Amino acid sequence: MISGIPELRTVLEPEARAWLDTAVDRIIADPTAIGALFPAVRRRCGRARIDGHWTIDEAARAVLLTALPLHDPALTETVGALHRHGDPAEQRAVLRALPLIDDEGRFLFLVRETLRGNDTTLIEAALGPYAARHLPDDEYRQAVLKCVFYEIPLSRVAGLDERADAELARMLADFARERIAAGRAVPEDITPVIRAFAPADDRPAALDGAS
Amino acid sequence: MRIFDPHIHMTSRTTDDYEAMFAAGVRALVEPAFWLGQPRTSPESFYDYFDSLLGWEPYRAAQFGIQHFCTIALNPKEANDPRCMPVLDELPRYLAKDRVVAVGEIGYDSMTKEEDEALARQLQLAIEHELPALVHTPHRDKEAGTRRTLDVVRESGIAPELVVLDHLNELTVSMVLDSGCWAGFSVYPKTKMSEDRMVRIIQEHGSDRVLVNSAADWGRSDPLKTRKTGLAMLAAGFAADEVDKVLWRNPVAFYGQSGRLDLDPVLDEPKPDESATYQGNSIKRGGE
Repeated sequence: MISGIPELRTVLEPEARAWLDTAVDRIIADPTAIGALFPAVRRRCGRARIDGHWTIDEAARAVLLTALPLHDPALTETVGALHRHGDPAEQRAVLRALPLIDDEGRFLFLVRETLRGNDTTLIEAALGPYAARHLPDDEYRQAVLKCVFYEIPLSRVAGLDERADAELARMLADFARERIAAGRAVPEDITPVIRAFAPADDRPAALDGAS
Repeated sequence: MRIFDPHIHMTSRTTDDYEAMFAAGVRALVEPAFWLGQPRTSPESFYDYFDSLLGWEPYRAAQFGIQHFCTIALNPKEANDPRCMPVLDELPRYLAKDRVVAVGEIGYDSMTKEEDEALARQLQLAIEHELPALVHTPHRDKEAGTRRTLDVVRESGIAPELVVLDHLNELTVSMVLDSGCWAGFSVYPKTKMSEDRMVRIIQEHGSDRVLVNSAADWGRSDPLKTRKTGLAMLAAGFAADEVDKVLWRNPVAFYGQSGRLDLDPVLDEPKPDESATYQGNSIKRGGE
């Protein structure tokens, strides 16, 4: 799973690159400067997609976050405020940058708040490597099930190979039975987890019948 | 008919409205921050509301193929409540956001001293943030209120072409157009302005700097009044290009002055998948 910030130098226009460099210097000199710089990133640097994980604005915002010369509790406070006052694009950037600024799970409250919401773009951003590493088992399973409900492809959820277990398989099998009983479609991407972990006698028959 | 509704309060509308609006040709809209009917008693209620105008509502709109932008301000009515005044100090943080295309709705309700101060301060914020301003004109004592509003706009030093005065009628349109400001009209089922009156106003004053909106909200209103006005214009003999100017190019030109009206988003940016959300998202799942 990608966690580093992609090389921005090659994708940014010279003017945007200069703006970002100056922004980083200003944040190093005065961390409170990030409050005004963070929301301006999209207009200054652009928003195109770089790869499967990052857009330009998210990567540039991650650069600003990693420039913060702060330690706890100031870091948690500053990043928490950027998320609290951020629009969805800013919040996605904060969520994607979490593994770059913290390896102890201090920002799980942001992940949890996002998972309570309904915006699938935010939910997807919250379920990256950070959540995969730090979310407790029961919350991780609920998050995966929520993705299935919201039809977020499970290929976009980090850590599923390592964290899928028998309990998750049971939950997904129950979900599949509910859908089948209602005459509704069952997303195909849940079958590998069910097959790998649910006992053969606890699989929805219709799933085994499928390819 | 492509339609940009420059003033509509979608927070108060249903997904049925979004569907009907899309079918009618609405592809973009601006939702101004306003009064919710029920008084708010703390600044925090405003911040959650502003967050919703920047977050949940554009997300909802996108599911129906409609691009959602907003304007942010402390509305005139609540500017009279000292408990709400701290909102003015927090506005700069919101005026820095990408989808905020103007300061608004500002203006007068009862023309009090408090409203004077809030209007003047927020016009200054528009200047500082290089944003247009959406100015509501009062429903009571409208003619005097509009004249006083134009005085305050002039004194503020903001360029008139960056200002729209809204909810105008036959008696207030001339002074607004003569001032160089834009003229906004809210076409309503019973009050404010009707389609036929709107057609006569455009026949008399032309379509330059004219914005037509539904201003649909939680009251008796109709989110399809923009299209109905377009049809009334066609029936009265206006060319389709003139209708397109009023219902699309004019609002795009006005809010485009913000430099933030990004109407052509990158296609692969994460956004709700329309087919998926019909079954998956709570707002479309009914009682599930």
